[in-house]
Amino acid sequence: MTTDEQKAIESEIYAFVGQQVYPPTPAADDVNDAMIRQWAEIMGDTNPAYLDKDWAASSSREGTIAPPAMMYVWGQEGFQVTKGRAPNAMSNLVSTFDSYGYTGVLGTNVKQEYFKEVSPGDNITIEMIIDNISERKATGRGTGYFFETLSTFTDQHGEKIGTQRFKVLKFIPQEQPATAAPEGKLDVPSRIASPRGHDNKWWWEACDNGKVLIQRCDNCGALRHPPRPMCGECNSMEWDSIESTLDGEVLSHTEIHHPKIPGYQYPLVCAVIKLAEGTNLVANIVGCSPSEVQIGMKVKGVVEQIDEKTMLPQFYPAQSGRNP
Amino acid sequence: MIANVKNKAVIVGIGNTTFSKDSGVSELSLAVQAVKAAIDDAGLKPSDIDGMATFTMDTNDEIEVARALGVGELTFYGRSHYGGGAATSCLHQATMAISTGMAETVVVYRALNGRSGHRFSGGVAGDITTADAIHWGWYMPYGLLTPASWVAMFTQRWMHNTGVTKDALFEVAHSTRVYGANNPAAFFHGRNFDRAEYDAARMIADPLQLFDCCQESDGGSAVIVTTPERARDLKQPGVSVLGVAQCAADNQEQMTSFYREEFAGIPEMETAAKNVYAMSGLCVDDIDAAVIYDAFSPIVLWQLEAWGFCGYGESGDFVKDGALRTNGRLPTNTHGGQLSEAYIHGVNGIVEATRLVRGTSANQPKKAVNHALVTSGVGIPTGGAILGKMN
Repeated sequence: MTTDEQKAIESEIYAFVGQQVYPPTPAADDVNDAMIRQWAEIMGDTNPAYLDKDWAASSSREGTIAPPAMMYVWGQEGFQVTKGRAPNAMSNLVSTFDSYGYTGVLGTNVKQEYFKEVSPGDNITIEMIIDNISERKATGRGTGYFFETLSTFTDQHGEKIGTQRFKVLKFIPQEQPATAAPEGKLDVPSRIASPRGHDNKWWWEACDNGKVLIQRCDNCGALRHPPRPMCGECNSMEWDSIESTLDGEVLSHTEIHHPKIPGYQYPLVCAVIKLAEGTNLVANIVGCSPSEVQIGMKVKGVVEQIDEKTMLPQFYPAQSGRNP
Repeated sequence: MIANVKNKAVIVGIGNTTFSKDSGVSELSLAVQAVKAAIDDAGLKPSDIDGMATFTMDTNDEIEVARALGVGELTFYGRSHYGGGAATSCLHQATMAISTGMAETVVVYRALNGRSGHRFSGGVAGDITTADAIHWGWYMPYGLLTPASWVAMFTQRWMHNTGVTKDALFEVAHSTRVYGANNPAAFFHGRNFDRAEYDAARMIADPLQLFDCCQESDGGSAVIVTTPERARDLKQPGVSVLGVAQCAADNQEQMTSFYREEFAGIPEMETAAKNVYAMSGLCVDDIDAAVIYDAFSPIVLWQLEAWGFCGYGESGDFVKDGALRTNGRLPTNTHGGQLSEAYIHGVNGIVEATRLVRGTSANQPKKAVNHALVTSGVGIPTGGAILGKMN
């Protein structure tokens, strides 16, 4: 793709950011027992807080509630979808991608957040916008853009009960060599992972779950990173950990130009970051041009899915407004 | 000849971990537990340890054991090869170190998950999760996985702290290549090189560009070392080791010591330098020429500071005054260095330092070279030596 073509598509797609896909729309049906029962049955969920009216009446909630994960269910359109939908911002965005050859589509992840429970009789209103579109990315599936919709759910009192983020990769499909897909599995290069042993496995597992932890000595409270089996201050082998807020400051940085390693996305900036808790961490700086990265710059981190196998902390310029 | 070590090394503490078939902990954990038990048995504290000896097959790097225990500075670390044959060899290493004063208190250790982990009976195959592999794991996922990228991270901060610019990096890259151009054995022999070519070369890892980086070479280098008595009967004039030291400083990692209070420095080389000067009875003013390990141009600058040729942050001005050139204060890397002769892991540097003292360098300075400095790579546990004419 030429620079001009890239400019052309980007000027079109980025105009969709912030556009409404669905205006605030009340669900056709109130939250109801029948739908809850069917959903719980299919999911195999037997929680009496959803299903057992007598039990629920005597619980602290004084009645049944809907499973929070059902939030998105209440606004579903139903059978009428088979007759087609009116165009909206998302279908227009998808058509725009398709017209430039970005015909591949891959739903990458869904993230729900819950703020308030709802019960039978409540009515849910859903609003959806196109929240953000990434920079152009070279992924294992092909070059493309991630776009993310943000749905906000409110009850009949106007109180927010939750949100849902849905991320989709639109990409130019690559022809996969036959040998690269044994038994239908794609062999997509990903970042080189750390080996995991007794002393670091817990850290990487927390990272897989979206958290950056810092090892803390149980005896003297000293923080240490990278993790080690013994405290260098007091020699205690007892430890726990704290979760970093990922507020940090850049101590040093380098942009990696050469060699470029398969599975990594360039431009690529690595940095030593001093975390607010006091320990240092090496990670990537994203969300700004490499030339904007400076020693002393304040950054804010978030653990992100980098590729199909990799979760890593990534740091954005603080107050840039671009950090999630 | 009988080694003069009698009564010069004494075992004062012993320690074991629990023995089992499934420890449930890392080999590093076993190592630090055993070492701590021996330290306690002797009535010492971890900071009393300044030397370590273990097996090459041991997966527990000395610097990892030192950091876990809070040992601090190490001035001796010796490994012995060949499986179980290394057991008394480690004691031999410790004894030599102590009898020569290289270290005062050396711990010998070996720790392994020989049943639940890698089993020798299973042959030499399978996954091994070493402390070293885990160490690189803190950097690989982010793409920080080449020597240039690690050195760039230090360089960026050091330039920020000191205000030293690429003019100084260029002077190292250039003065070295001028020597290389005049050395028939050098990769750069007969080659022109100027600032325009330096600036135009591709970026490797910001701020390091192509000509800040050394060669990659096939080749070998060797030096023969013997006693003064024997040396006097040989063909060449003797070149004595007047002082030699190694050091892993506090909170050391391999190329990634990013966890120090200030990481833009090489405290391990400062300690090695101090110790070499003390052993040799010489000072910085006595050094006439140098071979300074130059995998990358900025690391030469840091070493000039560590060896006291100038203060922290002053090496930029020092080299821009022409100090490294043939008529300068300290003719350096007169073979063309690893930047332009060849990258033989610094052993070609020992060859060149020997030549400088003999007076046979392709770029021999006009002045007398009574004492030549030669150093090891930095960013890692390092060291150096001063060579001089044998009396």
